[in-house]
Amino acid sequence: MPENISRRRSAFLVGGLLSAALAASSLAWSQQSPVTPAAVPSAMLDSSKAATSQAAFLRAWTVFDSPRCKNCHPAGDAPLQGDDSHVHIQNVKRGADGKGLYGMKCHTCHQDANLAGANMPPGNPKWSLPPAKMKMVIQGETAGQFCRQLKDPAKNGNRSLPQIMEHVSQDDLVGWGWNPGDGRTLPPLNRPDFVAAMQQWVDNGAACPQ
Amino acid sequence: MISFTVNGKPVSVEDPPSTPLLWVLRDSLQLTGTKFGCGMALCGACTVHIDGEAVRSCVAPVSRAEGKKITTIEGLSPDATHPLQEAWIEIEVPQCGYCQSGQIMSAAVLLRENPKPTDEDIDEAMSGNICRCGTYPRIRRAIHRAAEIQAQRAAK
Repeated sequence: MPENISRRRSAFLVGGLLSAALAASSLAWSQQSPVTPAAVPSAMLDSSKAATSQAAFLRAWTVFDSPRCKNCHPAGDAPLQGDDSHVHIQNVKRGADGKGLYGMKCHTCHQDANLAGANMPPGNPKWSLPPAKMKMVIQGETAGQFCRQLKDPAKNGNRSLPQIMEHVSQDDLVGWGWNPGDGRTLPPLNRPDFVAAMQQWVDNGAACPQ
Repeated sequence: MISFTVNGKPVSVEDPPSTPLLWVLRDSLQLTGTKFGCGMALCGACTVHIDGEAVRSCVAPVSRAEGKKITTIEGLSPDATHPLQEAWIEIEVPQCGYCQSGQIMSAAVLLRENPKPTDEDIDEAMSGNICRCGTYPRIRRAIHRAAEIQAQRAAK
């Protein structure tokens, strides 16, 4: 077959397929029930709420991902230290309960309160890592990965969204992040702003960023 | 006044509540077996037990001891026959000796919780105790030897 005829036939085939698709499409539209006035705004509202929720979580994530929170939510089994989140010196380990091992438990060195002075051990009565069976990892996670982990009852200690809100707004060890002792930087949001962002995330459907 | 027991004996001290336990033990109670190393919980020389758990006494306020049982190297056993003490002597672990009471107090918690520790267990339990003389290989051998002594006694 000469080349120019072949090209024309291809063009015809493509045109035919397009017409058929358009016809099928109009048939489908004509068979749908009339669009109600409320349906479109509702769908738009849902997507707008999800976007608001995701944006709120991304603001809260800047706190989760700060050293004051991340250092005790490591990917491995050793806590982290410092604004550069280096592995805790002295080969400190998580232990099954998150409270350390043998004569190297958290409270071997960490007291119930911060000690005065740069590089002195910070403290809180509940000083610990998450337990081995519920690590709640922040280090190395994306905002979306952490969001899905945080919402998953199998990974978050079987907490509901209201219980997550109670944890972030009331827990004393979480609160330590904003009272970290001499020489430690604070998270990028204060606690009320962090809690407000988390509440906005929940109120708009607890949607996770990608 | 803060009251607690030290090596089985009840004591009451007048020191301010924020005074590090180490200075109460050494200066007020004259128990000088526990050493000052760094004052920042970085070296382990000051390790004692509070209700059986290892604590760096240089950073623990004496208020933490209220109502508790404190054990120092002097009270680890009544007659220096704790398996660790026997193993330490048998293997001649110390060189200058300064860190050794802290080493033994940390090792005592390890042996209580894990009667047959591996090298990795020893690393995890003992890495907070620094030895400037570098006696680490002998400390490791002595902990293994103490585990044997402890097992032999338990079998009798």
